Amino acid sequence: MSHLTNIEVFLLLSVLKVAVVLVITLMAVAYTVLLERKLLGRIQNRWGPSRVGPFGLLQPLVDGAKLFLKEDMMPLAVERPLYILAPILALGCALVSIAVVPFGAVTRVHGVDLFQIANVNIGLLVILGITSIGVYGITLSGWSSNNKYSLLGSLRSTAQVISYELALGLSLVGVVLRAQSLNLRVIVDSQSAHGMLSWNFFGGLQFVGFFIYLMAAYAETNRAPFDLPEAETELVAGYNTEYSSMKFAMFFMSEYANMITVSCLATLLFFGGASSPFGHLIPAFGGAVVQAILPVFWFVAKVFGFLFLYIWVRATLPRFRYDQLMGFGWKFLLPLAMANIIATSFILAMRG
Amino acid sequence: MQLALFIIFGALALGGALNLLYQRHPIHSALSLVVVMMSLAVLYWSLGAEFLAAAQVIVYSGAIMVLFIFVIMLLNAGEEHRTNGSRAAYAVGIPGAAAIFCLLSFVFLSERSALMTSNIGGDLSNAADNIADVSAMLFTRQLLPFEVTSILILVAILGAVVLARKEQ
Repeated sequence: MSHLTNIEVFLLLSVLKVAVVLVITLMAVAYTVLLERKLLGRIQNRWGPSRVGPFGLLQPLVDGAKLFLKEDMMPLAVERPLYILAPILALGCALVSIAVVPFGAVTRVHGVDLFQIANVNIGLLVILGITSIGVYGITLSGWSSNNKYSLLGSLRSTAQVISYELALGLSLVGVVLRAQSLNLRVIVDSQSAHGMLSWNFFGGLQFVGFFIYLMAAYAETNRAPFDLPEAETELVAGYNTEYSSMKFAMFFMSEYANMITVSCLATLLFFGGASSPFGHLIPAFGGAVVQAILPVFWFVAKVFGFLFLYIWVRATLPRFRYDQLMGFGWKFLLPLAMANIIATSFILAMRG
Repeated sequence: MQLALFIIFGALALGGALNLLYQRHPIHSALSLVVVMMSLAVLYWSLGAEFLAAAQVIVYSGAIMVLFIFVIMLLNAGEEHRTNGSRAAYAVGIPGAAAIFCLLSFVFLSERSALMTSNIGGDLSNAADNIADVSAMLFTRQLLPFEVTSILILVAILGAVVLARKEQ
């Protein structure tokens, strides 16, 4: 690459990075769906998908082909531009936020960091902002479908997401106080001193913040036990009742992409991101390539753990009632998050 | 780069604001307002005020406008009818708008030389990462205005609760 100028190398590597990360995220989305179906099957004492390919491993590809080839129906009474815009908005916002996630140690090739697309000073706020824009996808889909079940589903979803966004944002303040930065890379570095002992969850004593974050994140992604927006026993399928074919698939994919983003954020903020749980106990082995890939392995392992937890919770817990959901968010999580902020800043002030 | 961003997103903000007035359906108007908010956020960002840009997106586009749309959806507001408007609005509005435009352009043109050299945001050091500066400023030298603003918002919240409470 010697005959290319610096800016050309930067552009080429950046485009390559975006393409690779996008493809891997979409594959991860597809296989999270399979993981969920397999695990739910095992927990409910049945097999799950097992016919297509070995252990059902090709099931996501067949599902994708099925959704792609289905007839794309457009109901007559829908509000046309918004009806089409809604799934695009939902999936777009879900996929964009992965751009600021650092998923490996700093590894520079020709001055370009390989394992993060964009290192932004306010990475945490960018993710929160994109998440809050993603609400419009669900809100608009419900309204533009011109269907009472869709509208009820999207109203529930909007109220739920606005309520839990507060608790979610406040639960992260403790972490930001400890790292003194909103840059995700700096937050990860602040937890990398002594392996597992300096992670915010263990050494940083942010476990209260973590559990608030976890519960608020389940509500933000509309997952069980907070899946009231698409409660099928009450609302048919909630906000996506009127959607078919690829448009439905986009909502489906955005739900799982959001799950992955939220798991990445939990890993970065509370579990040391791409750092090894053993710190420097294990001597560095292998060449430079192995040392570059090992952090990515730890990151993926942690994210996988959170996805597993997501599915486990879905299989275990029943759905909340609506007033319980609101009471839980406003009367329990929000005061607890505020108490966590006060306690954390008090301890930091005592120490510093 | 900054100039190109300013032209694109300034035009987008203006277009969104005009569209807000011309649309007859409340939802379309609210969505145009979202476009205005997002373009303003990009303008803030291009000026180096990253925290302000993020706060604009999270608070205005992400929370306040979602609430607007939530209320419009909840009340199922239909299309508005176009009326001729009140005569007083025409009589006072057009000269008033012209007067404000003249006043603003007079001030900007007469103070042009002073505006060009003035250091806007002079309390902040021009570091790449100005969040620490902003927060230190808010909680030390600007503490009184900051706290007064929060009390003002608290009063507004209490007022909303009192208004929303059902009569016993």
